[in-house]
Amino acid sequence: MLRDDIIEYSLDAHHSEEHGKVLRKKIWVVTGLLTLITAVEVFLGAMIKQGSDFWPFVKWGFVIMTIVKAYYIVMSFMHLGDERKGLRAVILVPYFIFIFYLIFILLWEGTAVSEALITHSVN
Amino acid sequence: MSGHATKQIDNKTLWGGKISPFSTSYGKLMMWFFLVSDALTFGGLLIAYGFTRHASTDGAWPIGEETFNSLPGLGHGYPLIYVALMTFILIVSSVTMVLAVEAGHRMDKKGVTRWLLATIIGGAFFVGSQAWEWSHFIHGSEFGKVELADGSQAVVHAKGFGELENFTVIEAGRHHKKGDKITEDLMHEYQHAAAAGHIHDGVITLHDGSKAKIAKRANEHMELRIKSDGAKYKIGDVIPHAQAINMYEEVINSGEAGRVIYGANLQQNEYGPQQYGQFFFFITGFHGFHVFSGVIINILILFGVIGGVYHKRGHYEMVEKTGLYWHFVDLVWVFVFTFFYLV
Repeated sequence: MLRDDIIEYSLDAHHSEEHGKVLRKKIWVVTGLLTLITAVEVFLGAMIKQGSDFWPFVKWGFVIMTIVKAYYIVMSFMHLGDERKGLRAVILVPYFIFIFYLIFILLWEGTAVSEALITHSVN
Repeated sequence: MSGHATKQIDNKTLWGGKISPFSTSYGKLMMWFFLVSDALTFGGLLIAYGFTRHASTDGAWPIGEETFNSLPGLGHGYPLIYVALMTFILIVSSVTMVLAVEAGHRMDKKGVTRWLLATIIGGAFFVGSQAWEWSHFIHGSEFGKVELADGSQAVVHAKGFGELENFTVIEAGRHHKKGDKITEDLMHEYQHAAAAGHIHDGVITLHDGSKAKIAKRANEHMELRIKSDGAKYKIGDVIPHAQAINMYEEVINSGEAGRVIYGANLQQNEYGPQQYGQFFFFITGFHGFHVFSGVIINILILFGVIGGVYHKRGHYEMVEKTGLYWHFVDLVWVFVFTFFYLV
């Protein structure tokens, strides 16, 4: 069955055998990295107790490691790194504007609500 | 203009308007747009969770390594290991998906079939693991969370739960006769009665209205960790075994409803504030549903691959597009893992 509503093409949808070898090596390197980061996260989570002196560092370490993992998933696995600069910007810039705004709201309003709950507590 | 193609694109491959924005195909770009909007949904959910946790004044927020410390068949004492395993499974299934896409670029139909199948199996394992995790979360621990006499709330950390041996009926009900020894379904009856306040001084009132004496071994080394302030105990206090064991029995045998909570539902949970349980179900549920949908979509695409649909078309872009969705699901889990389980 031939359908004319499907655009029968994709740019950069093919590569050679040799290039495939290079790509596969890169995939396994990224896999190793993601696994390693996850292992480190779990180790720290199980070892360092919340509330200990190290905890603030561990907590921010988790956030940084998460962003590193996200970077590799998006750039390597989802091939956004291979797309055009314009497409990268169209996807990432609006997202980060919204998310940073929402994080700001979270901290600002969260603190205000928490204070109000404590001040006007019925208990 | 970065939006326009720099190299010549074959006339029949251009979009309807005879251009090709960002030199991508229509399907891939639309998938990216969908993923951005879905990422905002997940971002919004996680930020709502963060907001609630930040603003919460309703006792201590649960700690991931204390709440999720079990393995199937092996019991407690394995902090975060199971969820780490789930994360690893999902990452691996993401890797097999990239390998399927890579094989597609070489028009290697066998390779695509193999790797796509591996991805589906990984995804199914993840959904199954999540079902176990939910079941465990809903049923909770053997001890539950208790409300102490001073109004504070405490979770129990213990070496072992003293085994329930039997119930000896001392007052007949609709079903059991006096003198009967009940040996089945004890734990279920016990927890149900304890939560409803139907245990008083070692005597349990069963479903059918009969009363029975409980034979139970002593709990092994337990301590109570305070999670919500009371008149005497404050958040962070730990009550040692010698006192804890009596205080715990006092709560169970009080005959008052609602002093002990087992597991979780949308109204209450034994781990922490009500919202904690609600967000757990909503966020992991929403993500789990994405994984489930992804598995179904991958299965449909696998049928296409095996049937040779994409091979005839000349490219495996369909696999690439579902691949984008599948990686996105992995990406979301990376964030859920950090903000729900680790931090």
